[in-house]
Amino acid sequence: MKPIIELMDVSFAYDIGPPALEHVSLAVEEGEFLGLVGPNGGGKSTLLKLVLGLLKSGSGEVRVAGRSPQAARSMIGYVPQYARFARDFPISVEETVLLGRLGTTRLLGGYGVADREMARRMMAETEVLDLLQRPLGTLSGGQLQRVLVARALACDPHILILDEPTANIDLRAETEIFDLFKALNQRMTIVVVSHDIAFISRYVTRVACLNRTLLCHQPVPVGSEVIQRLYGMPVQRIPHGMTCEMGEKP
Amino acid sequence: MSPFLEALARHAFLQHALAAGVLASIACGIVGSYVVVKRIGYLAGGVAHTALGGMGIAYFLGKSPLGGALVAALLAAAVIGWVSLRFRQHEDTIIGALWAVGMAIGILFISRTPGYNVDLMSYLFGNILMVPREDLLLMGGLDGVIIALVWLFRKQFLAVCFDEEFARLRGVPVEVFYLGLLLMVALTVVILIQVVGLILVLALLTLPAAIAGQYVRSLAAMMFMATLLGVLFTGAGLALSYEPDMPAGATIILLAGVAYLLSALGRGVWLRLLRHRRKAVSQAKP
Repeated sequence: MKPIIELMDVSFAYDIGPPALEHVSLAVEEGEFLGLVGPNGGGKSTLLKLVLGLLKSGSGEVRVAGRSPQAARSMIGYVPQYARFARDFPISVEETVLLGRLGTTRLLGGYGVADREMARRMMAETEVLDLLQRPLGTLSGGQLQRVLVARALACDPHILILDEPTANIDLRAETEIFDLFKALNQRMTIVVVSHDIAFISRYVTRVACLNRTLLCHQPVPVGSEVIQRLYGMPVQRIPHGMTCEMGEKP
Repeated sequence: MSPFLEALARHAFLQHALAAGVLASIACGIVGSYVVVKRIGYLAGGVAHTALGGMGIAYFLGKSPLGGALVAALLAAAVIGWVSLRFRQHEDTIIGALWAVGMAIGILFISRTPGYNVDLMSYLFGNILMVPREDLLLMGGLDGVIIALVWLFRKQFLAVCFDEEFARLRGVPVEVFYLGLLLMVALTVVILIQVVGLILVLALLTLPAAIAGQYVRSLAAMMFMATLLGVLFTGAGLALSYEPDMPAGATIILLAGVAYLLSALGRGVWLRLLRHRRKAVSQAKP
């Protein structure tokens, strides 16, 4: 079976600064739950942006479901790292989730009945249906994150890509939201970027460590002893300049 | 106030002025809300002031200054939009330059036009008491264009204002709608020139929407409330300025500015009171 996301010898550099990614080859199979870990500035977000088609690779090739990333955009649901909008933007939870229907819904005018139904179904699944009418600015960090997941799911994606989805929420909310991802993984491929390898290894099927190049990818369960060997200590934050010395190669 | 009402019943020019205020408020309420939530007030200012160049050239050539402003504003919106998309790093410098150069061109051409240049002041500061019937029709038509565009593409405009990156990922041509937004700003600027003039356009574009933004929960409600506020400010400004014979445009803007200040202050005090009360309640609980 062909991998659903495929990076072949991909390199990328921004206009200014050193290369962000060098010779990265990675294949994600359908149904996988891949955790992408690595230090700040290690190229995790850059890699996601290449897969999303927001950036074009300098060399090498990125394919999503056998197509170019732009052509495959409608298959991907995306949850960004930061809320990229002003928190006081006058918009309700329902309107936010409905934005996920763009590209699927009709071009002109408002949304159709099917759009609203889909949005409600996704809000129910992410447990934010009772917040429907709430202004987005009044939500807690965990609630907001769930709304953004619902927005990403509203286009009925095959792949869900999340960039540090739990960076701004507490541990209990983090556990709950990863339980949700685990359930979603039953029907879609998930790629999640995280700092916290110890935490995500309870959920993901494979971990890829990225620090400009792909240092390793390791199927889980990654036992805590493996993590300790990876990083030298149980880590919450990954120190810069880490090396990924593998005890056991996959 | 009542001499104003009497005069309003008697004089067509005052009725025109009031109608111009309402037509301007519709465009302001809708487009101003986008300008405020998207935070492109500076770009809107650039579009407005660059339009003077077109007005000056049209005036010099003996054509309709408002027509010249329309062409220049649309052109400025396209150029400024392109600059903003292409050179985001230097956006403020380039727009600042366009802003000043546009005005300089306008002033040069107006100064070269034979005859007495009384019109310059009315372009810069508006002349709501001298709105001809044709201009009212033009304003109404432009309002119609704006309403139709927003009605048809409200999902896309909302998406682009709220979260450009996500809109792009959902296949929305972000650049097209961003430019569309600026072109609507250009149309609004032309509508407003008669009412408050080029210099004060920015205030009427942003203040009603900014006040509305403090109270509403959706963009549609913001547009509706901003429009009503616009009608209130232009109407009241007209009435207040009529008898003492003050400049109407400036009076309208001052009203809007004072209302914004009071609203922001009042809201700040109210929120603080609310927080105090909540704290007191939570402390009272064992």
